[in-house]
Amino acid sequence: MSHSSAHSPATHAGDDHDHDIAAHVRTYLIIFGALLVGTILTVAMYYVDFSSMALTVAVALFIASIKAFLVAGYFMHLLSEKKLVYGVLILSAIFFVSLMGLTLWGSGDLPKNSDTKTLYVP
Amino acid sequence: MQSTASHAHTSATDSSHGHAHHEPGFFGKYIFSTDHKVIGIQYGVSALLFLLFGFFLILAMRYQLAKPGSPIPVVGPLLEMIDKDMAKGGIMGGDLYNSFGAMHGTIMVFLAIVPVLFGAFGNYVTPLQIGAPDMAFPRLNMASFHCYFLGGVVMFASFFTPGGAARSGWTSYSPLASVTDLVNRFDGQTYWLIGMVLLITSSLLGSVNFIATIIQLRCRGMSWMRMPFFVWAQFVTGFLLLLAFPPLEAAGLMQLMDNLFGSSFFLPQGLVVDGKQLGVSGGGSPLLWQHLFWFLGHPEVYVLILPAIGIVSEVISNNIRKPLWGYRSMVYAAMSIGFLSFIVWAHHMYLTGMGTKVATFFQTTTMMISIPSVIILTALFISLWGGSIRFNSASLFALSFLPMFGIGGLTGLPLGFNASDVFLHDSYYVIGHFHYVVAPGTMFAVFAGIYFWFPKITGRHMNEWLGKLHWAGSLFFMNCVFAPMFIQGFKGMSRRMSDGGTTYFGGDVAMGGDPGVLKLNNMILWSAVGLGISQIPFIINFFSSIFSGKRVSSDNPWQATTLDWATPTPPPHGNFIGEPVAYRGPYEYSVPGAKSDFTPQSEKA
Amino acid sequence: MEIPYTYKARPDTGLYNAKVGIWLFLASEIMLFGALFSAYILLRVSAPVGFWPDVALGWPRGLLNIPIGTFNTAVLITSSVTVVLAWASLKMNNFARFRVYMVITVVCALAFLGIKSFEYNDKFSHYVVRLKDGKALTGHIEVNGKHPRFWNFNDQWSVAKLTEQKVEKIKVEVDPPRDIHGHVKKDAGHGAAAHAAQEVAVSDIESMGSYTPATHPFFAVYFLITALHGLHVLGGALVLAYFAFPGAKMWKSNPEQFINRIEVGGLFWHFVDLVWIFLFPVVYLL
Repeated sequence: MSHSSAHSPATHAGDDHDHDIAAHVRTYLIIFGALLVGTILTVAMYYVDFSSMALTVAVALFIASIKAFLVAGYFMHLLSEKKLVYGVLILSAIFFVSLMGLTLWGSGDLPKNSDTKTLYVP
Repeated sequence: MQSTASHAHTSATDSSHGHAHHEPGFFGKYIFSTDHKVIGIQYGVSALLFLLFGFFLILAMRYQLAKPGSPIPVVGPLLEMIDKDMAKGGIMGGDLYNSFGAMHGTIMVFLAIVPVLFGAFGNYVTPLQIGAPDMAFPRLNMASFHCYFLGGVVMFASFFTPGGAARSGWTSYSPLASVTDLVNRFDGQTYWLIGMVLLITSSLLGSVNFIATIIQLRCRGMSWMRMPFFVWAQFVTGFLLLLAFPPLEAAGLMQLMDNLFGSSFFLPQGLVVDGKQLGVSGGGSPLLWQHLFWFLGHPEVYVLILPAIGIVSEVISNNIRKPLWGYRSMVYAAMSIGFLSFIVWAHHMYLTGMGTKVATFFQTTTMMISIPSVIILTALFISLWGGSIRFNSASLFALSFLPMFGIGGLTGLPLGFNASDVFLHDSYYVIGHFHYVVAPGTMFAVFAGIYFWFPKITGRHMNEWLGKLHWAGSLFFMNCVFAPMFIQGFKGMSRRMSDGGTTYFGGDVAMGGDPGVLKLNNMILWSAVGLGISQIPFIINFFSSIFSGKRVSSDNPWQATTLDWATPTPPPHGNFIGEPVAYRGPYEYSVPGAKSDFTPQSEKA
Repeated sequence: MEIPYTYKARPDTGLYNAKVGIWLFLASEIMLFGALFSAYILLRVSAPVGFWPDVALGWPRGLLNIPIGTFNTAVLITSSVTVVLAWASLKMNNFARFRVYMVITVVCALAFLGIKSFEYNDKFSHYVVRLKDGKALTGHIEVNGKHPRFWNFNDQWSVAKLTEQKVEKIKVEVDPPRDIHGHVKKDAGHGAAAHAAQEVAVSDIESMGSYTPATHPFFAVYFLITALHGLHVLGGALVLAYFAFPGAKMWKSNPEQFINRIEVGGLFWHFVDLVWIFLFPVVYLL
C-alpha cells in the first residue's frame, strides 16, 4: 500500500498559494494513513468476540463513523464548508435516522414467525 | 452579481456572449431544448394529456361500479379488442378494473399532477419570478424531462403487455405485487417498477435543479423574504422530492428483484399462492415495502398540494389587489409542513399491527402537521377581507380552491386519528378525502394557473365566457362526484371492489350492508360524465385561444407585481431585458400613497 | 445570456452552482443507501426465529470473503486520496500530475469492480446442498469432474437438472465449520484437509442452490446493495475518465470551472467511498 507516498508533492516548485495547498496535501496523506489504520482496526475487531451483538455493532459503527468523518471532513472539505451545505446534510441525517428508527420501532411489536421447517431453497 | 453578466442584453438574439450561439433547428428548439420555458411547456402538454387519459380510465371504472357486469358503451368493444380475457363482451373484468385502478392512481399522481405543478408551472414560472435567466442546470433540466417522458411511455406501454398493466394498486403492496403473474415475470408490474425508476430519476434531477436555482440565481435585491410564495412552495416541494423519493427507488429496486430474480425482500415464509407453496426462500417483510412506500407516499401528497397553494396565492393576491395576509407565517408554515411531512407516514399503516406507542407517535405528528396547513388556508381566507376582488376565470378557480381544500383537509382529521381510522381505513371515505384535496384542490389550482399565465406564455387571453362555463361546471360536478363518497365510506363501503361492493357490502343487509348507498354510484357516474363534459369548453378554449384569443394589451395584462410580468411577452431566451432587480416585496398592491393600485417589484423605490 | 455563478461563488452563499447541486444530489443518495441499510437491518431484526442466521445454519458473518473485502476497501480509499490529490495538483497548476492521479483513481475503480465480479462469480458457484436427512452442506461443488463457474448460466445446477442429466453423484468441497461468531472453528484445520471433498448421492439431496438473491434475503441484500454501489463506482469512474481525457479541454478555456468540475466529481467519488466504508463492516463483518 505504499504506492501513493511516492508521489510526494513536497518537491514541487513554489507558486503563490502553494504552501496552502501543500499543507493540504500533507493532510490528505495523513488522513489516508489514518483510514488504512482504521480499516485494519475494523477487520481486527471482527476477530474479537464481544459479549453481545449490540456491542459488536456499536464498535463496528463507531470505527466506521470515524473513518467517514475523516473522508467527509477532509477529503470532501466538509470541515470548512458553508452553512448551507451543513443544513442540507443535517436535514438528510434527520430524515434517514427517522426512517430507520421509526421503522425499527414499529417492527418490534409484530409477532415472529418461528416455523423454519418450510425453508425452501430453489 | 459577477461582472460577466452585467453587460446589458439589448436584444434577445444578442450574440456577443463569448461563445458561438447558433440558432437551433426544430429539434434543438422544441424537442431537445434546454430553455426552462420550453421544457415547462413540454411538461405541461404531456402532463395534461396523461391527465385526460387517467380521467378516461376512471370513467370506465365508474361505469362498472354503477352498472356492474354491463358492457361499457363505446369503450367496451375497444377494450375487448385490446385484451379479450380482461374485457369479455365489453364488460370490465375484475382484473381490468384493478389494473385501471392502479394505473389511474399512478398516472394521476406521477404522470399528471406533479409534472404539471412542479415540472410545468415550476419550470416556467420560478426562474421568471426570481429574476433568473434560466435554471441553474439547463441540460439537467432537459434530461429530467426526457426521463419523465420515457417513464410515461413505459407506463403507457404496460397496458399492452400480456396480462395488462400493473394491478396491485398504485401502492403496489407486496406480496400481491410480486405474485400477480408467476409465469410471465416481465409483466405489467415490472413495467410499472421500471417506469417508476425513470420517473423518480426525473424528479431527483428536477429537484436538484430547482433548489440550486432558487438558492443561487435570485437576482439582485431578491432576498428570501421578498420571493413570491409560489417560489417558496416550489422550494419546499423540491426538498420533499429530493429526500423522500430515494427510499421508494430503493424499494422499487427490491421489488424488481423479487419479481425478476426470485428474491424475498418482501415475501414472508410460508406463502401459498393458488394452492401451492410459493417457491421462494421467504424471510422477507411485506411491512418493509409499506414503510418505504409511504415514506415517500406521504411527502408526495404535500408535493401535490404545496405548488398548488403557491399558484393560488399568486392568483389570489393579484385579483384581490391586496397583499397576502400573513406572508411570513405562510412561509414558516410551508417549511414546517415540509419538515413534518417526513415523520407522519405511518398514519397510512395504522391497521398493520403497529404497537400503540408507535401509532401514538405518528398520530401526534399527523395532528401537528394539520396546524401549518390550517395556518396557510386561514391566511389566504383572511387575505380576502377588505380586498377588491376581481372575478375572472383564474380567480374563480383560485377562490374555489380554498373551500375545496378546506373540506379535503378537514375530512382528513378522522383519518389521522388512529381510533377513527380503524373504521374508515380503506373505505370510500378515504377516497372522498384525498380526491377533495387533489381533484377540486390541485386541479382547480392548475386551471387557475393556466388561465392566469396563458397571456404571458402566448400573448393572448383565454376566452372568459368559456372559462366561466368551465369553472361552474367543474365546481358543481366535482362536489357531486366526491361528496357522496363520504356517505358511502361512513356506511362502511370498501374501496377497490370491482363490483362496487354489491356482493361484499351491499348484499347482506343484516351485516350492515346498505344497497341504498350503492345507488349513489349512479349519481357519481353521471356527475363524472358531467365533469368530463365541463372540460370541453376548456379544451376548446385552450386551443382556439392560442390562435385567435384576444391579444394582450401590455406585457402585464393582470397588473401584477411579480417579476414574471416584467418580461417581454413571451419571454425571450434569457427572460429579461437588462438586469432584473427587486426593489421591494412581491405583493405591493394598493400601497397607500402610490400612484396606482400595484407597484411592481422591479420598480425603483 | 449567461447563467451566473457557474464557477464564481455567489457572495451570500459562498458556493458556486455545481457545488450546491452535487451536495443536494449526495443528500438524496444518503437517503437511497440509507433506505437500503434500513431495509437490511429491518429484515435481520424482524426475521423469523431461526431463519437468520441460516444458509446452512451458518451465521451471515463468514459467508463473504473478508480478505478480498478488506483489499477492496483499501483500493477505494486509495482512489479517494488520489482523486483529491488530482484536484490539489490542478490547484497547483500541475496538469500532468493531475492526469496521473486521475488515471490511478480510474484504475483503482476498475480494479474494485473486477474484484467485485470475482466475488460475485465465487458466490454464484458456491452452493448450499440440503440433504433429505436434514443436514446441509455448503461449498463449491464438482459435477462430472467440472467445477461450475457462474459465467455460463447453464452451469447453475439444481436437483432437477442433475436428475435430468442423469448425474448420480456430486462432490461438495465442504466449507470449514464456523462457530456462532462466524469464525472458522479452531479444530477445522487448514489446507487440503479443511476443504476435503465429500461425495453426495443426488438421490439424497432435498434441494440445492447457489448463493443467489433467491437463496436467502442476506444475499438479496448483499447483491442489491453492492450492485447499486458498483453502478455508482462505474458511473463515477466514467465521469472521472471523461474529465481526465476528452473533457480536459476545459483546462485550457476555463481553468477555474474545470477545477470546480474536478472538485464536484471528487465529491461524488468520496461519497461512493463513504458508502463502502459503512457497507463493508455492516455486510461483511456484522
